[in-house]
Amino acid sequence: MSGVRQRWLGPAMFLPAVLYVVALVGVPFVLAFFYSVGDVKVGSVGYHFVGFRNFTSVLQNPTFLRALRNSFVFTVASQILVLVGANLLALVLKNAFRGRRFVRFLILLPWVAPVSIGSIGWKWILDSLYSVINWVLVRLHLVKEFSAPMWLGEPKLAMMSVILVHTWHMLPFATVIILAGWTAIPKDIPEAAAVDGAGFFRRMFQIELPMMLPIINVAVLFGVIFTFTDMTVIYILTRGGPYDTTQVLPSLAFFTGILGSDLAEGAAISIFLVPLLVAVAWLMLRSAHRAEVV
Amino acid sequence: MAGVRARQLAFRTFHWTVLAVFSVLLAFPFYWMLITSFKRTGDLYDLRNNPFVFNQKPTLEHLRLLVNETLFLRWLGNTAFAGLVVVAITLLLAVPAAYALARLTGRWGGRIGIAIFLTYLVPPTLLFIPLSRIVAWLNLQDTLWAVIVVYPSFTIPFSTWLLMGFFKSIPPELEDAAMVDGLTRFQAFLKLVIPISLSGILTVVIFTFTLVTQEFVYALTFISSASHQTVGVGVPIYLVRGDVYYWGSLMAACLIASLPIAVLYNLFLDRFIAGFTVGSVK
Repeated sequence: MSGVRQRWLGPAMFLPAVLYVVALVGVPFVLAFFYSVGDVKVGSVGYHFVGFRNFTSVLQNPTFLRALRNSFVFTVASQILVLVGANLLALVLKNAFRGRRFVRFLILLPWVAPVSIGSIGWKWILDSLYSVINWVLVRLHLVKEFSAPMWLGEPKLAMMSVILVHTWHMLPFATVIILAGWTAIPKDIPEAAAVDGAGFFRRMFQIELPMMLPIINVAVLFGVIFTFTDMTVIYILTRGGPYDTTQVLPSLAFFTGILGSDLAEGAAISIFLVPLLVAVAWLMLRSAHRAEVV
Repeated sequence: MAGVRARQLAFRTFHWTVLAVFSVLLAFPFYWMLITSFKRTGDLYDLRNNPFVFNQKPTLEHLRLLVNETLFLRWLGNTAFAGLVVVAITLLLAVPAAYALARLTGRWGGRIGIAIFLTYLVPPTLLFIPLSRIVAWLNLQDTLWAVIVVYPSFTIPFSTWLLMGFFKSIPPELEDAAMVDGLTRFQAFLKLVIPISLSGILTVVIFTFTLVTQEFVYALTFISSASHQTVGVGVPIYLVRGDVYYWGSLMAACLIASLPIAVLYNLFLDRFIAGFTVGSVK
C-alpha cells in the first residue's frame, strides 16, 4: 500500500510543474515552427501550409539580412567587452579591502535594476540636445557645440551606443560569476607555484586562468544567450533605427510579427535564433557532463 | 627591497584605478537619475549650466507630477500584485517538483531537472508570437493576468533548478528517521524539509519577484493599455507623451522603480549566482 503511494508520490509532485512549462514553453516552441511554414496573421482563423515561402521572402529582405548581421556584431562585440571588463574587475574584487561591499553594490546596479529602466536613463544621457557626454566633450573642446555627435541618430554611433549600453547591463553578471569561480578554485596550487618561484603573470596565465576556464565558459554561454535573444536595450534606445541600422533578429521579429501583425513572417524571423540556442545548450550540457565526470 | 615596494605600489595603483573607473562607469546613470529628478526644469534645459550640480535650488515638482498626474502608482501596484501572484504559483509548483526530482525519481530526476533548466534558455523573443495567440485564446489579451499566467513559465524552471540543489544538500537520513517514526514521505516533506529549507525558499521568492519587475518583452507584447501595465514597460513607454520626454519625472520614476529591487537582489545575489554555476564550481 505505502509502496504504491510512494511510487506515485514523485510524479504527482513534479508533474504539475512539468505540465505548466510544457504548456507555456513547449507548446509555443512547437507552434513557432508551425507558424513559420504557414500563413497566420492577426485576426485570421484558418491555417494553410505554405512551405518555406516565409523563409524565402525573409531571406530576400535586405532589412532581415542587416538584422542578422547586426545580431552577430551586437553579440560578439558586447561579449568581448564584457569578458575583458569582467575578468579585470573580478581580479580586483577578489581581494578583501575596505568598502568592498559598497563598491560591489555600485557595480551590480546595472544588472539588478530593471534593464528597460536603466536603458531609459541612458536615453537621457545620450539625448540629442542635452547629452551630458556632449556637454563634457564641448567643454574639453573635442567637438563643436553645434556639430556634437548624435549618439542615437547616426547609424554607426547608434550601433556603438546600443552595444555599450548592453555591455554596461551584462558586465556585472559576468563579473559575479567569475568572482564565484575565483573563490572556488583551490588556493594551495597557486601558492605552491609561488613558492616554487613562478611569478605573477606565469601563475595567472599558466595556472589560475586554465583553472578558471570552465566558469568563464558558463559566463560566456549565458552572456551569448541573453544578448543574442534580447531586444530591450535596442527597443528603448533606437527602436531599431535610424533606418533599421540597429535592427537585430528579436526586434525585427517583434516589429514584423506583433506590431506588423504578420505572425507567420515574424515567427520565421525568430526561428533564426534556434541554431545558436541549440549550439549553446549543447555546449552547456557537455561542460556540465564533464564537470560531473572530473 | 625597493623592487618589491615599487611592485606593491604599482599593484595598488592598478587596483584603485580599475575600481574607480568601473564604479563610475557602472553607477553613473543612477547618479544621473538622482540629480535629474530634483532639478528645476529651467536648470535642466540650460546648456550654459554645469549639468553635474544643482545651479538652482532642488525641487520636488517632478516627483509631484509623477505621483499625481501619471499612472506611476498604478503601475507600481500592478507590478506588486503580479509579483505576488507569480511568486505564489511558482512556490506551489516548483517546491514539490524540486523535492521530487531531488529525492524520489532516481536517475530520471537529474535528467528531467536538466531538461527543465534548458527550457530556461528558450527566450521570450522566440515564444512571444505563438504566446500572443495563446493569450488571446485564453481571453487574457490586454490584461495584467496575461503576464501573470506567462511569467511562471520562466520562474518555475529556474526556481526548480535552484531548489533541487538545495534539497540535495539536506541529508536523506533526516526524512528516513521521521518515516521510521510513522510519518509518510509527504508529511516528512511538509513538516521537516520545508521548515529547514526556508532560506532557499526565500531566495526563490526574491528571485521570482525581481524577475517579474525586470521583465519587458512579454508585458510590451501582451498588454496594450497604459493602465494595465507593469512598471518596467509603463515607465519607459507610457511616460512619454507624444515625442515629449518629461525627463525629471521620468528619471524619478526610474530611481524609485529600480533602487528597492536592486537592494533586495543584492542581498540574495550569491545564492542566485550559485544557481547558474552548479556543476562548474564545486
